[in-house]
Amino acid sequence: MMPYFKFNYFGVDTSLVIAVIIGIGFGFALERGGFGNARILAAQFYFYNMRVLKVMLTAIVTAMLGLFYFSWIGWLDLSLVYMTDTFIVPQILGGLILGVGFVVGGYCPGTSVVSASTGRYDGMIYFAGIFFGIFIFGEMFPILENFYNSTPMGRVTLPDFLGLSYGMVVFLVVAMALGAFAAAEWGEKVRFRITGRIKE
Amino acid sequence: MSELAKPKPYSNPYVVGVGLGLVLLAAYLIMGRGLGASSAPSTVVAVVVNKIAPEHTVNNNFYKDYIGDGTTNPLKDWIIFEVIGVAIGGFLSGSLAHRIKGKVEKGPNISVKMRLTYAFIGGTLMGFGAKLARGCTSGQALTGGAVLNLGSWAFMFAVFGGGYLAAYFIRRQWL
Repeated sequence: MMPYFKFNYFGVDTSLVIAVIIGIGFGFALERGGFGNARILAAQFYFYNMRVLKVMLTAIVTAMLGLFYFSWIGWLDLSLVYMTDTFIVPQILGGLILGVGFVVGGYCPGTSVVSASTGRYDGMIYFAGIFFGIFIFGEMFPILENFYNSTPMGRVTLPDFLGLSYGMVVFLVVAMALGAFAAAEWGEKVRFRITGRIKE
Repeated sequence: MSELAKPKPYSNPYVVGVGLGLVLLAAYLIMGRGLGASSAPSTVVAVVVNKIAPEHTVNNNFYKDYIGDGTTNPLKDWIIFEVIGVAIGGFLSGSLAHRIKGKVEKGPNISVKMRLTYAFIGGTLMGFGAKLARGCTSGQALTGGAVLNLGSWAFMFAVFGGGYLAAYFIRRQWL
């Protein structure tokens, strides 16, 4: 049965080797996508280049369909898959701050690692900034703790929240993604016609 | 020799997306968890603060959470090893495509000094925001998105909202 680790197919030390291998795949994919480059990532927010949206949504859809399939044929126990509890208000506020940091700094944490390891100085400085931001958060935590733990909703999925079946939500997400891809392709063309800017 | 070779163009985003999705799926099927990034620096920060001022971390639940109860080494952490892999994987891919280069990525209308200042400020905001949201674009948006986690989807829309709101004010950096 999957997930293998939860059924003790191997121990913690092996899991760390697997972590490095999975990380290599993750970093390789991010670099292939152009995400070691802040200009590509920032272009998403000016509608010049919608790569961030395309790669992210494709990845989410791929993994979501895979999880749905393996759970449906009975090979995977989805309830053993780790999921963070939802604390809706702090998560939305955190997301807004993070989004601002994304466009100001040009990266997110994972992409800044790739940027730094491919020689980009802005990625290295950005990565250092993350440590500083976490340190500030840690120092402020006694003041923030109440807010951090506010609006708890537990382990809750979109199907739970919307009162729809898992398969129906999977279908809706796929439909939404296809719509977003069509809009992104169209938007890039329109943007190109207006500005004459070549997308990278 | 890679210095002389021309950098290859980036790959098709949909192909990359499927590849990234399969990596994420593999993490779920093998480990029962998804990908992550920001908890690696979090663990390091907590360990360093604990080394310098142990009495300071005792009453702080945030640091305590990352340091653990002392039975295991906090640095022997899955995400730390995964992030080391991310650096290796990025370097491998960049090397194969001749894209390794010591440079600063920025728009034409901003100085290197200002770009690096923004990079640090952006990283700081990112670190703070990721902790408040219990994860970053990897650990929440991507990983939680695939298991249809409500908080992750709300977070993802907030990230794009925050990015588009701030984009206008920071446009000189990129355009």
